Amino acid sequence: MKFVVAVKQVPDTAEVRIDPVRGTLIRDGVPSIMNPFDTYALEEALRWRDELGGTVTVITMGPPQAEDVLREAISMGADDAVLVSHRAFAGADTWATSHTLAAAVARMGEVDAVFFGKQAIDGDTAQTGPSVAASLDWPQITFVGKVRSLEEKTITVERYVETGTQVVQTDLPAVLTILKDANVPRVPSLRGKMKSRKAEIPVWGLEDLGLTEAETGLEGSPTKVVVTATPEARKGGEIHTGTPEELARRLADLLLGEGKEG
Amino acid sequence: MGGFLEVKDSCTGCGICVKTCPVNALSVNEERKAVVSEDCTLCSICVDSCPFGALVVHHSFGGDPEKLAEYSGILVLCEMRDGHPDRSALELLGEARKLSGGEKTVTALMITSDPGETPRKLLHAGADRVIKAVHPSLEHFSTEPWNSILTRVITSEKPEIVLAAATTTGRDVMPRVSKTLDTGLTADCTELHIDPDSGMLMQTRPAFGGNIMATIVCDRTRPQMSTVRPGVMKPMIPDESRTGEVIDLQVTPEMVQSRSRVLEFIPTEGDEVDITEAEIVISGGRGMKDPSNYPMLHELAHLLGGTVGASRAAVDAGWIEYPRQVGQTGKTVQPKTYLAVGISGAVQHRVGMQSSDAIYAINKDPDANIFQFCTEGFVGDLFEVVPELIKEIKKRRG
Repeated sequence: MKFVVAVKQVPDTAEVRIDPVRGTLIRDGVPSIMNPFDTYALEEALRWRDELGGTVTVITMGPPQAEDVLREAISMGADDAVLVSHRAFAGADTWATSHTLAAAVARMGEVDAVFFGKQAIDGDTAQTGPSVAASLDWPQITFVGKVRSLEEKTITVERYVETGTQVVQTDLPAVLTILKDANVPRVPSLRGKMKSRKAEIPVWGLEDLGLTEAETGLEGSPTKVVVTATPEARKGGEIHTGTPEELARRLADLLLGEGKEG
Repeated sequence: MGGFLEVKDSCTGCGICVKTCPVNALSVNEERKAVVSEDCTLCSICVDSCPFGALVVHHSFGGDPEKLAEYSGILVLCEMRDGHPDRSALELLGEARKLSGGEKTVTALMITSDPGETPRKLLHAGADRVIKAVHPSLEHFSTEPWNSILTRVITSEKPEIVLAAATTTGRDVMPRVSKTLDTGLTADCTELHIDPDSGMLMQTRPAFGGNIMATIVCDRTRPQMSTVRPGVMKPMIPDESRTGEVIDLQVTPEMVQSRSRVLEFIPTEGDEVDITEAEIVISGGRGMKDPSNYPMLHELAHLLGGTVGASRAAVDAGWIEYPRQVGQTGKTVQPKTYLAVGISGAVQHRVGMQSSDAIYAINKDPDANIFQFCTEGFVGDLFEVVPELIKEIKKRRG
């Protein structure tokens, strides 16, 4: 079977700091990593390939240096990779990103399933997977906590929702977004690392995908960011010090609604 | 949004598309080919219905003010839970009322197998009218039927704004609707307002793990669509005198067609905690040091009729279960009273509780972040203050 895994190179948001004066993100020196959620998507595809045979192709849209995450995926066991990259693709929102990724998946010929992580840790939208499914006119299953079975024509999964678990079966080809509950991602093997160093990674641009600038990148994006700001902070109030008994008395006033005056 | 619908040579003139078109824009001519009239809205429903793949939608880009002006009002996708409106639906309707400024019609859309009393409750909660799509197959959420119904309703109603909850349902189906209708969608918004100059919807959302807030517009296409984070917007106080039209959407077999099947639904076990419903939340963080220290928080919560929450640090350490996590990667709460115990107040946590009416914090570090934004702060050792507090409350209660 042929599986595709879509991954994203993201700044490690745990390392992101805010410039206290300008209120902007400091991205210098912040390491770029494979979106952590995507490692579960990759692992799931690799597991089913190992069981059923076939190939896993990793795909990303991004600048030339996004190739790093593709090599990382190959070192973990992916068979090959495609970098979707062109200057016209820059600034894409989820509509334009999924439009472009779907064109790349369509170019790959017969594909049985595309795996996405639940969401990316920089944008946190969780929108690209379902939008790619819509573009390809394939069914989708999001928030997959467990893949129960995968057969030639169908896949059966557990979908984790607010009130419980939906057991859903869908026809292939399909798009899946995977939660971290699904598996434990493997670590790169020595052989994988050797392979990843030698791998030839094709770059697909605007013309390769038969797209125009008007439908990709910033120009093709129906949404645009107009303002970014650091979160507005509430104003801090009075800070009490004292013995535990004194603090407890004031807290009890507040919690029991007995003391408006302090 | 402009463009055209192409009929390819593979068209056999079977007429299936003519029946599925919601705006009667398709007919079959003498040469047994489908013909598209000017009424076509490029909704793409026919594209899915064509067995020969003969229909293709081509879009052109760039906003056309006249086209944008054709859209008006606010459509709210209202989810149900256990036969009642989900709390997220009430929050969305409250927000929609606020955005409407009394001028835009607020329409609630509910998709269900059993509407019960929900339409009336949606009117009380702020809807001017309710569209209900009712069909036995719509008991459980499923992407394709929800997408078909939403795209059909949006295509015929032409709302300028569509709101849905950023739940597993909203975040599943709305991106599909966005791509099907070729319009923008902003995920997981925590703040919405109408720009007084342009009339555009300003959609604000946290990104980069809550480190920044981005405000996003959808300027060239309609509708402007947002999923909205549950627990952030305020529902209005139900007004039982509100009435309005309840419209039955005719659900056709094509609309509920799906390539996915829900085989089973396993509800979460009964004693599930819902920290978003509590009026008092007492959260423990890294400062709790050990899971064996949580019983005192539970005791305090029990005394006050509240519930226990946690920061990510405490959940990641395995001290307490994930459904109690407050913050960017957990739940958003807005109780009357939030007591943070041994929580430093990183931005990740703050975005999940900053809308609480009052925030109190106990922390032994006087420089802890949380003291920058809490209503009142208490510098002290939580292992001394919390037991004293429990003692004090018991004493006052006699």
